[in-house]
Amino acid sequence: MLKPVSANSPATRAPLLQAIGITKRYGSFPANDAIDLDLYAGEIHALLGENGAGKSTLVKMMYGLIQPSEGELRFEGEKMVLSGPSDARSRGIAMVFQHFSLFDNLTVAENVALGLDGSETFAAMSARLKQVSTDYGLPLDPKREVWRLSVGERQRIEIVRALMQNPKLLILDEPTAVLTPQEADQLFVVLERLRSEGRALLYISHKLDEVKRLCNTATILRGGKKISTCDPRAETATSMARMMVGAEIGEVKAGTGRAATVPRLLIEDLSMAPDDPQGVHLKSITVEVKGGEILGIAGVAGNGQDELFAALSGERMAPRPANIIIDGIVSGHLSVTARRRLGAAFVPEERLGHGTAPRMKLSENALLTGHAASGMVRRGFVDKLATLATVDKTTDAFDVRKAKRDPEAASLSGGNLQKFIVGREILREPGVLIVSQPTWGVDAGAAAVIRQALLDLSGRGSAVLVISQDLDELAEISDRIAVMFHGTLSEPVAAAQATREKLGLLMGGASPEKETTAMPKEASRAVGA
Amino acid sequence: MQLVLEKRAERSALIAITSPLIAIGLTLVTMSILFAILGKNPIAALNVYFVEPLTDSYTLGEIVVKATPLVMIAIGLSLCYLANVWNIGAEGQFLVGAVCGSWLAVVTNGTEAGAWVLPAMLIMGALGGALYALIPAICKVRFGANEILTSLMLVYVAELILDYLVRGPWRDPKGMNFPTTASFDPVAIVPTLFDGSRVHAGSIVALLVVIAATIMLGRTIKGFEIRVVGAAPRAARFAGFSSNKLVLFTFAVSGGLAGLAGIIEVAGPVGVLQPGISPGYGFTAIIVAFLGRLNPIGILVAGLFLALTFIGGEGAQISMKIPLDLTKVFQGMLLFYVLACDSLILYRIRFVPTFRKAADGTA
Repeated sequence: MLKPVSANSPATRAPLLQAIGITKRYGSFPANDAIDLDLYAGEIHALLGENGAGKSTLVKMMYGLIQPSEGELRFEGEKMVLSGPSDARSRGIAMVFQHFSLFDNLTVAENVALGLDGSETFAAMSARLKQVSTDYGLPLDPKREVWRLSVGERQRIEIVRALMQNPKLLILDEPTAVLTPQEADQLFVVLERLRSEGRALLYISHKLDEVKRLCNTATILRGGKKISTCDPRAETATSMARMMVGAEIGEVKAGTGRAATVPRLLIEDLSMAPDDPQGVHLKSITVEVKGGEILGIAGVAGNGQDELFAALSGERMAPRPANIIIDGIVSGHLSVTARRRLGAAFVPEERLGHGTAPRMKLSENALLTGHAASGMVRRGFVDKLATLATVDKTTDAFDVRKAKRDPEAASLSGGNLQKFIVGREILREPGVLIVSQPTWGVDAGAAAVIRQALLDLSGRGSAVLVISQDLDELAEISDRIAVMFHGTLSEPVAAAQATREKLGLLMGGASPEKETTAMPKEASRAVGA
Repeated sequence: MQLVLEKRAERSALIAITSPLIAIGLTLVTMSILFAILGKNPIAALNVYFVEPLTDSYTLGEIVVKATPLVMIAIGLSLCYLANVWNIGAEGQFLVGAVCGSWLAVVTNGTEAGAWVLPAMLIMGALGGALYALIPAICKVRFGANEILTSLMLVYVAELILDYLVRGPWRDPKGMNFPTTASFDPVAIVPTLFDGSRVHAGSIVALLVVIAATIMLGRTIKGFEIRVVGAAPRAARFAGFSSNKLVLFTFAVSGGLAGLAGIIEVAGPVGVLQPGISPGYGFTAIIVAFLGRLNPIGILVAGLFLALTFIGGEGAQISMKIPLDLTKVFQGMLLFYVLACDSLILYRIRFVPTFRKAADGTA
């Protein structure tokens, strides 16, 4: 453990890590443009910015994954050139990635061992793992296979793995994106403790209230440039958002006169075994979504949301046709294409590889879902002009920014590609829209556009079902919210009555009527002790 | 200095076009070294291989004759490979197509059968090849059997079937015990296009196949389906395309084209059914497909080029006593270099200053 630092003010101390004029170019495009940044021991420093602002590029250079084109890094006052992540780790820099690099079929200890330098025996390492995890209140069973763990527990592995290197600087990339509110609160306690131990933390996020609550300093990037370094507690969420986006973000508003009408999507007693051994068994899911209504489905990832989406989209058939009824037509046995012809549309969670073919042009990706019912195909022949027209219309309506008229999907930034995917479906005016994680990893500006589009669509009488882990998002747009846990779906509650605490408990597996009996066992496992 | 492969943001269109040319260049350099090792003058050998066949109208015709089956088979294979389906057994489908079509020629031999014989033979050849190709396809869809192994193994089965038939039931009684059928009747022969050349109407069929494939891949929803299933299987399922149906479709089409090429070869330049009707067309077509960028027009060009290596190899054997097997070496090397150069479409080579330890991933 490091010694606690005395409460010196940053101005009188030397920074632990200093970035001076860091520039990273890809071709002629500067992903980072002359960025200066000072990180001090005993401080949580937020790195804020929209997608594509250059946050990841910057931290990848600090972790040795890529080399700066210009400028230098200084660590403890000395110039530092990293040859790779192992070099970074040996100097005391650790990183927790947003996307976990874990092997599902290996145990916790085996996974941790793979990330360490292997200078101790496996048994000694396991013991130390146990020790570190209990010390920090991040309990882990070293012998458990990763696939049995919740997302929060998986993240714990990553954090413990980083802590076992006793880092001086810990970089965390959007760590709360996958957590329930309660899990996030637990994480904040750990981060506070790490700070008090005198470590420096670099915290990447775009959740502004978190940053205000947790961080001493915030550096805001936009378009690869540093906009400002500020004290988040002295700023408002709005002022920081303005610096991030460079403009005011429009508030998402529901249109007036929106009223739920007849049910357009019915899910009735849907039970389904998973098609892979690590999937989730769906258990008797029953819910209806009316025209003009947005139903939110909350829940920690991996509780059956993917399986539910596959059953609704028709990528997997429901066991009985009557399990799914779209606009009054029994559809559980229909293919994706047939369901689209009934006026249903789907937006999956994964943008690249599921929602789009990454190496194909946008026009071809318009055809991907549009071939079913958008008049893009006549007698088996593709109308290329119609597919291009869809790209142009989506670009105009949703402000999709791209380098040329019809680029490959993979070349768009996350937010712009998501706007394209959502826009592509909404322009078809679907009667039923099922969308999973609509704004996952999307910048604030794009997220507002997408949420507004969902609200507008429901305002025109469509039924919208939104699966999301982001409770703020669900609170913002949903009329009713239900929670998925271990393959079951709770009774929906009106959004007005759905407090974070209530939803958090449901996400941890507590059912309202037997809160006292179910809570301690199930919820403590998922929420984290 | 250290050499690293760095992923490109977009596919490089320039490399996509020039990769086969770079590959050919590297192959020629390597071949020259081989010639030198064999004690032959590399310049003279390359001249015999690649220039002389182009200077004579008869050998030009022979190039077209050899390219015809290569192009037809490679077009079918390219559909499979685009869809990420690995049909390696085109040689077997070629032979079975030849056998099925020849059956009609054998049973009508010496009868008064009219002009319907040849079209019917072509249809039977294509059907035979398609059905034979469906065996590995169905095994894959139903039982998850690896189609690379099953389709390859069926090549040897087809060779033995052909061997049995021409040595047994279909042997020409007047053929002095040679393993061959009787010469086909004129109504069972694909007509030649010019006097004094063996170029036949099958070449026109091959051209039509190229045009049809260009239209299908570029303009139809089926072509789109093939490309999506190969490039992004999960997105294809989301689009509503069934990968199982596509396995059956691409195998059937490629088998059908290989079978058609087989019967055209037998009813055209060869004129009888006998062992050794193919100098490995079904395997060489794999190289043609990749050298042609899995693109129909590219395949047409690549087919002509590989046909040139066959003809040039024969010339080199006659005039310079260079073993014919060197042609196979050349073809294999070419495939190796094409696949190697293709990685440059998605990656770029970069030199970086050496550090004491290489970057080691993200964990």
